[in-house]
Amino acid sequence: MLLGQRTWLFHNQPVIIATGTVGGPFEAQGNLKNDFDILHDDMWLKQKSFEKAQQLMLEEACQIALKKGQVQKEQINFLLSGDLINQITPTTFAAKTLEIPYFGLFNACAITTESLALSAFIINANGADYILSGTASHNAATERQFRYPTEYGGQKPPTAQWTVTGAGCGLIAKEGIGPVVTSATIGKVVDKGMTDPFNMGGAMAPAAVDTIIAHLKERNVDPSYYDLIITGDLGQIGREISLDLLQKKGINIHEEQYVDCGLTIYKKEQPVHSGASGTASSAVATYGHFVKLLNKGELNRILVVATGALHSPLSVQQKDSIPCIAHAVSIEMGSDSS
Amino acid sequence: MIFFWAFVVGGLICVIGQIMFDVFKLTPAHTLTIFVIAGAVLDGLGLYEPLIDFAGAGATVPITSFGNSLVHGAMAEAEKHGLIGVITGIFEVTSAGISAAIIFGVIGALIFKSKG
Amino acid sequence: MADKKKKNLPPDAQKYQAFQQKRETKRNIFTNCVKAFFVGGLICVIGQTIATFYIHFFDFTEKTANNPTVATLIFITMLLTGFGVYDHIGQFAGAGTAVPVTGFGNSVISSAIEHRTEGLILGVGTNIFKLAGPVIVYGVFSAFVIALIKTILMQWGGL
Repeated sequence: MLLGQRTWLFHNQPVIIATGTVGGPFEAQGNLKNDFDILHDDMWLKQKSFEKAQQLMLEEACQIALKKGQVQKEQINFLLSGDLINQITPTTFAAKTLEIPYFGLFNACAITTESLALSAFIINANGADYILSGTASHNAATERQFRYPTEYGGQKPPTAQWTVTGAGCGLIAKEGIGPVVTSATIGKVVDKGMTDPFNMGGAMAPAAVDTIIAHLKERNVDPSYYDLIITGDLGQIGREISLDLLQKKGINIHEEQYVDCGLTIYKKEQPVHSGASGTASSAVATYGHFVKLLNKGELNRILVVATGALHSPLSVQQKDSIPCIAHAVSIEMGSDSS
Repeated sequence: MIFFWAFVVGGLICVIGQIMFDVFKLTPAHTLTIFVIAGAVLDGLGLYEPLIDFAGAGATVPITSFGNSLVHGAMAEAEKHGLIGVITGIFEVTSAGISAAIIFGVIGALIFKSKG
Repeated sequence: MADKKKKNLPPDAQKYQAFQQKRETKRNIFTNCVKAFFVGGLICVIGQTIATFYIHFFDFTEKTANNPTVATLIFITMLLTGFGVYDHIGQFAGAGTAVPVTGFGNSVISSAIEHRTEGLILGVGTNIFKLAGPVIVYGVFSAFVIALIKTILMQWGGL
């Protein structure tokens, strides 16, 4: 059902029946290391390139979710996924391996919720029985494309973020046991003229604010309805700025309630500057950590707001600003969602 | 004594670079391009050679000396062969840096893998 | 120039930029400069040591020792880059490693190593000067302009 301009309410309760999360060596030293199904100790995963390693991680995450959900890949109707690499080829090659009908998506680091929103909609509308929704990113593959060769001695400023090497995937079904996707609000492109590709948190914060406000208004709920409002990778700066902006606009969100995946994945001692980023930031934290807490009953209702910076290396060189977007998806336990 | 001045002058040139990074928010590519042009200009004005005499490696190691060498090569050839030497002489003096970078770059690519 | 661009932005974007500026983590400029000074100075001292070595043990003069010194420094850079150490030093020292010729070497060598996956010709060959290109291009071009101007002035002066 459509609420307002851009919010969907899912009456038929699409459910996340299983998840798969994969991480790399740096993530293995982090805060969420117990929430990963597989942790690799080598950035190459014994592949010929970083891009192939990323592809392999997405395949693994999907296969783990299938195994845990006890569903065969032939039963999966669609795979909705994408990544940061040019023309999203690692995801495409993973789709080739998995042999699942494939929707390729690009919204940078907002892909997790873009995919989940669409997946829930399709399932809710009886358009599928099972959908795999998720994404992967790789630190070195992303650095070499967007910024510098990995062994380059450039100095990153404190506003920079660290792309997560990992993959997170959810198996969404029409029925089953697990957290229910109850609603989604689709983001608009928000661009406040920020141009520094080393400060994506500052660029993405307004997009998160825009989507969160729209969601609360159109779904007609108070921030207190959710145990946690979780952003994907705003990092320290983006989180502070967005919290300030929300409070300025009269949205009463408490500090403890407002969490960022980018600040959850790594330990304070790890040199990640402003926090984690990458498509996998929201994916591994959501599917590995927060869904787990929902299943355990430690959380009841969460709103996941993945944020994406939609620039390209070319657009930055052409002196364009960084347009951003954020999509919000609510995930809840129990059947009292309305 | 030259070791001391090498340290100080080299360090100061790097500080100027750091200010360009942090205050003017220039990328390394922009900063180093400005530096190499500065080295060329300073040599055009006859100021870079005295700096080398004074500070030794403090002036020859920073990338500014690359600009200096390029102008030197061009001027030396121009003195011998006239105006055309300005084009033909540019790389005469300075092949070490670029040759070494290319050679060791290819060797590096053959024997090393990115650590990620 | 940045301000001129900012004036072209709509007012809400300008407001946001100002808002964001205040909350952005500030770079520790003084500490960065101190680190750059020490590491940059140290690299130059190492260069001076290498040059002295070439002068005393080989037949180089103060003028000609520059070439093998630069080549040696770039060789060391290859080892540090290849073993994955240079990027950590670079994060610490900033301009201290970028401004000396080691920075030039690192930009070439790291690009070469990175693009090995695309093959030697199209990968290494085309991408090797991705970062160092501007330095060579504009170094040569500015040397050309300056030498041209100086030569013409000298010829006129001579007349």
